[in-house]
Amino acid sequence: MATLNSNVPSGPLDTKWENHKFNSKLINPANKRKYRIIVVGAGLAGASAAATLAELGYEVQNFVFHDSPRRAHSVAAQGGINAAKNYQNDGDSVHRLFYDTIKGGDFRSREANVHRLAEVSVQIIDQCAAQGVPFAREYGGLLDNRSFGGAQVSRTFYARGQTGQQLLLGAYSALSRNVANGGVKLHTHSEMLDLVVVDGQAKGIMVRNLQTGELTRHTADAVVLATGGYGNVFNLSTYARGSNTTAIWRAYRRGACFGNPCFTQIHPTCIPVSGDYQSKLTLMSESLRNDGRIWAPAKVGDKRPPGEIPEGERDYFLERMYGAFGNLAPRDVASRAAKTVCDEGRGVGATGLGVYLDFAESIKRLGDEKIRERYGNLFSMYHEITDEDAYKAPMRIYPAVHYTMGGLWVDYNLMSNLPGLFVLGEANFSDHGANRLGASALMQGLSDGYFVLPSTISNYLATQAPAKRPPVSHAVFSEVETDVRNRIQRYIDGKGKRTPGSYHKELGKIMWEYCGMARNRPSLEKALGLLGNLREEYRSNLHVSGEAAEWNQSLESAGRVEDFIELGELMCRDALEREESCGGHFREEFQYTKDDPEVRSGLVNPGDVKRDDARFAHVAAWEFAGPDRPPVRNQEELKYEEVKMSTRSYK
Amino acid sequence: MKVQLKVWRQKNRNSPGKFVTYDSPDLNPNMSFLEMLDVVNESLASKSEDPIAFDHDCREGICGTCSLVIDGKPHGPHKGVATCQTYMRSFKEGDQIVIEPFRARAFPLVKDLVVDRKAFDRIQQKGGFISVRTGSAPDANSIPVPKENADLAMDAAQCIGCGACVAACKNASAMLFVSAKVSHLGLLPQGQPERHRRVKAMVDQMDEEGFGACTVTGSCEAVCPKSISLDFIARMNRDYLVALAKGDPKKPAAGGA
Amino acid sequence: MKLLLQIWRSSLGKKYVMALTGGALLLFVLGHMAGNLQFFLPPTYINAYGHFLQTTPELLWPSRIGLLAMVGLHISAAISLTVANRAARPTRYAGAISSQGATLAARTMIWSGLVVASFIVYHLLHYTLTLPQVNGYQVFTGQSMDFDGLVEPKTGYHDIFAMIVLGFRIPVVSGFYLLSVGLLSIHLGHGVASMFQSLGLRSHVWWPRIATSARVLSVVIFLGYAAIPVSVLLGRGSDYVNDVRTSGKSVHLSPSSLSPSK
Repeated sequence: MATLNSNVPSGPLDTKWENHKFNSKLINPANKRKYRIIVVGAGLAGASAAATLAELGYEVQNFVFHDSPRRAHSVAAQGGINAAKNYQNDGDSVHRLFYDTIKGGDFRSREANVHRLAEVSVQIIDQCAAQGVPFAREYGGLLDNRSFGGAQVSRTFYARGQTGQQLLLGAYSALSRNVANGGVKLHTHSEMLDLVVVDGQAKGIMVRNLQTGELTRHTADAVVLATGGYGNVFNLSTYARGSNTTAIWRAYRRGACFGNPCFTQIHPTCIPVSGDYQSKLTLMSESLRNDGRIWAPAKVGDKRPPGEIPEGERDYFLERMYGAFGNLAPRDVASRAAKTVCDEGRGVGATGLGVYLDFAESIKRLGDEKIRERYGNLFSMYHEITDEDAYKAPMRIYPAVHYTMGGLWVDYNLMSNLPGLFVLGEANFSDHGANRLGASALMQGLSDGYFVLPSTISNYLATQAPAKRPPVSHAVFSEVETDVRNRIQRYIDGKGKRTPGSYHKELGKIMWEYCGMARNRPSLEKALGLLGNLREEYRSNLHVSGEAAEWNQSLESAGRVEDFIELGELMCRDALEREESCGGHFREEFQYTKDDPEVRSGLVNPGDVKRDDARFAHVAAWEFAGPDRPPVRNQEELKYEEVKMSTRSYK
Repeated sequence: MKVQLKVWRQKNRNSPGKFVTYDSPDLNPNMSFLEMLDVVNESLASKSEDPIAFDHDCREGICGTCSLVIDGKPHGPHKGVATCQTYMRSFKEGDQIVIEPFRARAFPLVKDLVVDRKAFDRIQQKGGFISVRTGSAPDANSIPVPKENADLAMDAAQCIGCGACVAACKNASAMLFVSAKVSHLGLLPQGQPERHRRVKAMVDQMDEEGFGACTVTGSCEAVCPKSISLDFIARMNRDYLVALAKGDPKKPAAGGA
Repeated sequence: MKLLLQIWRSSLGKKYVMALTGGALLLFVLGHMAGNLQFFLPPTYINAYGHFLQTTPELLWPSRIGLLAMVGLHISAAISLTVANRAARPTRYAGAISSQGATLAARTMIWSGLVVASFIVYHLLHYTLTLPQVNGYQVFTGQSMDFDGLVEPKTGYHDIFAMIVLGFRIPVVSGFYLLSVGLLSIHLGHGVASMFQSLGLRSHVWWPRIATSARVLSVVIFLGYAAIPVSVLLGRGSDYVNDVRTSGKSVHLSPSSLSPSK
């Protein structure tokens, strides 16, 4: 059994982080450069961490599988980044951001982490503005804000519809500066294929150069994983095609616990699937919900074009169900409502899997020009993809997998149960509980990388003698390299019939169908059976083209897809064991019905998620027990000192 | 629909390449161009042929990984979008589509349609940043930025670093890319202290990498998925001129505490 | 010196050289055009103007040397940039290259420039050095013609007016001239605007104005220069040259020997 000590400092919630920083161990500047830190990934979390650690004087080695660190998928975040600046004077505060985030996460996140996130959010904006991130501004030259994703205050900072890109370029510029001055050694086209654990501590990684196929060993005093989320387990998602779970999955197989793997976020406003060939789902920024109204025909099977459906026969279901938040209800709530409507047979479009997002009223109220100014790029993107004009007819949207709240388990220092292994950003499980609020992912990635890890990593490094990391000639490195080589050889030797891509598609269908927006015991058990078969077939019927020692995209996918299949099984197991509904995890057996007092008092709707705090107010941290044995489920109890767990109501 | 593809195939940098013609399987006009290549690759793999290597990632036009020159035009027939946002409905039944990698000395070929664009990173490392240490920043609203400058900086900053400007330019010039970087930071008050040092260092590295010069043909602007304007090249030219005129800064006297 | 080297070594620096020398040459083209247009005044004006230039070496020679330097720098920077630009794209595209927003003028600057340069050489031999071998008379009329000896009877000045008329009466000469002036105009239509771009004198407000002005200017230049040979071919000055003298001897050119002059 792994020991899960959250290491949350004692004291009042709002002084924990200050005290912790003060109590953290310091490392003498002359010694810092003797510590080598490996950072895998260069998205918001990875690039900001690598740059900041280098500024502090550590020797940083940064690995990315892309050709450039600027390609990481943080680049695609559209909406914005939250910060408790209260520049709008609308009653925001660190405490309110903290509370909204805890509540948004359906009381399944760690209180102290979330509070720290809200505190640090303020510094992130300062840092990014100083780096030259061109945030939107008002005519007076000061920063503009908007309200976003279920928040009732305007605390979201943004750079047109490309906030993620601009923040990433900011972090990338900091990284570039440190590459230039020698603080960071950058390894591009370098995919981490395994973690090297020496005497129970993470001390290095195995890397494959994607251009040449060459395998190399890298040793360090600590290893930081900032490799993003694993939503591509569903194959179709808003993730980049390259996003994968391999780095964290192989770390899991080496002993790092995986926290809440079943917590997946389904984003409500994506462009619906159009066919089997589809490789990618495109997100339409949530900001569209500020001016668009979501509806479906009130009658089942109403196939008239939207323009011909009279006002009285439309069901603005979010406004009907969630009066106070209406079209701005949180993502999990809005997604599920859309699914319910479609399940009732009221979905629109050729597939019946879609609802309308209608701007007619806003266009009437504000005029074409104003709407074009606010959302022009999104409307033209929609036009490119669907060949439809959203100024004339409503958009069709449907939920899609967008984010994974689960990830490797970490303590307050962002260190996993494997000492020396740190996990940042979406790759860890820590701050969003069972559901992430809009504009909070960017905040967490940068908070972890710029401010949290650089302060907390010294607590671990101080326990390690400087310049005493194991040499790459150490026996463990050889063992791990052999494992990696054998695995690659197994793929190359595969003389089966099916490509990794076809397995990925099948995996995605199983996951979406049985472990998607709504889950139940029979569906999850069925999925486990199917995935077991899929895993077996993958071993015997895989076809990989090309050779190991060359650029080989088929070989790259082979490893990633196998990891996804194994992860899929773990997600189903986790969803099965969590016999409650919370946030993005919706078990159909656990929902409010019309007989519940909360429904009768008007607090929630029938069909809303029903938590079970008595049994499940904990983090499930899964531990690998060997290839052929079921994983072990560890628990970290969530203790709430400041906030009372309550029923989440958005009515 | 079906189309015929004429694709550049090259095993690696050192072996010779050639065009190979493939007939596509049946396609849906709503497929993206890259999904069409996925489908072709699946059919190649099922025949035990080597799939066509091509770069791609986000597939929503923002990461800048996808490249391809389609019928002589980087990122395909449409203005203001990347290859991944190009859809098969832009082509006709039976069309022959020529697909080539980006061609430039500074972008050496890796395999088939994949080129190495690290030259852009090296340019960036020479000065594409504001030197601010984490934690040392003043309150964000203590530095007001005129809205029009912030908007213009954003116009430049949205460059996705794909390299289509280089691919389209008859001189394989990287001026649009470099000028976007230089202008983004040069337009903001935060970027002023390093403004001239930055432009000098980045332009010199650009020359070092072997990109060509600008002959103001405007091809870069025409193919840029973010429609970045040639105005920024003028801005860079101006800044570089000032930087040259100012000369290198005086070396500080040696010594210290 | 270090600065000059820096300028020459950088791609942007060479563009500055192109722009500045191009700007100087543009001024010359305009001045030269203004001087030439005196052709439409009575012959004595242009002859007096020519005489003034030829007898003012302190003005003439610095101008000539300066122009030569400008042309030299402009051409050598252009060639060295072109060589570097070609090297930057070692493999060409096979796909049907659309113009991708580039005008023909923009894509062919080096060719229009080189044709104009070769024209300048010819033009100097023809009208400045007045080599009889290049004026085409021997070929087209069987007679020899020495422009150098043309003298205005009244003043004894070199008869520039007659030289122009006689020179442009040869259709091939006029044709080459018109072609070159046309190419020069195309060259300038792109070049003048680019000059502002290269020197960084451009913004989204000014660019459309600059680009339009450059096009208008290039058309004006074309018309201004082309007017002369066209008017000669249409008959201007044919009466005047019927009895000009060369080196004291009368020259009589039978009207029929040269079409289309009457």
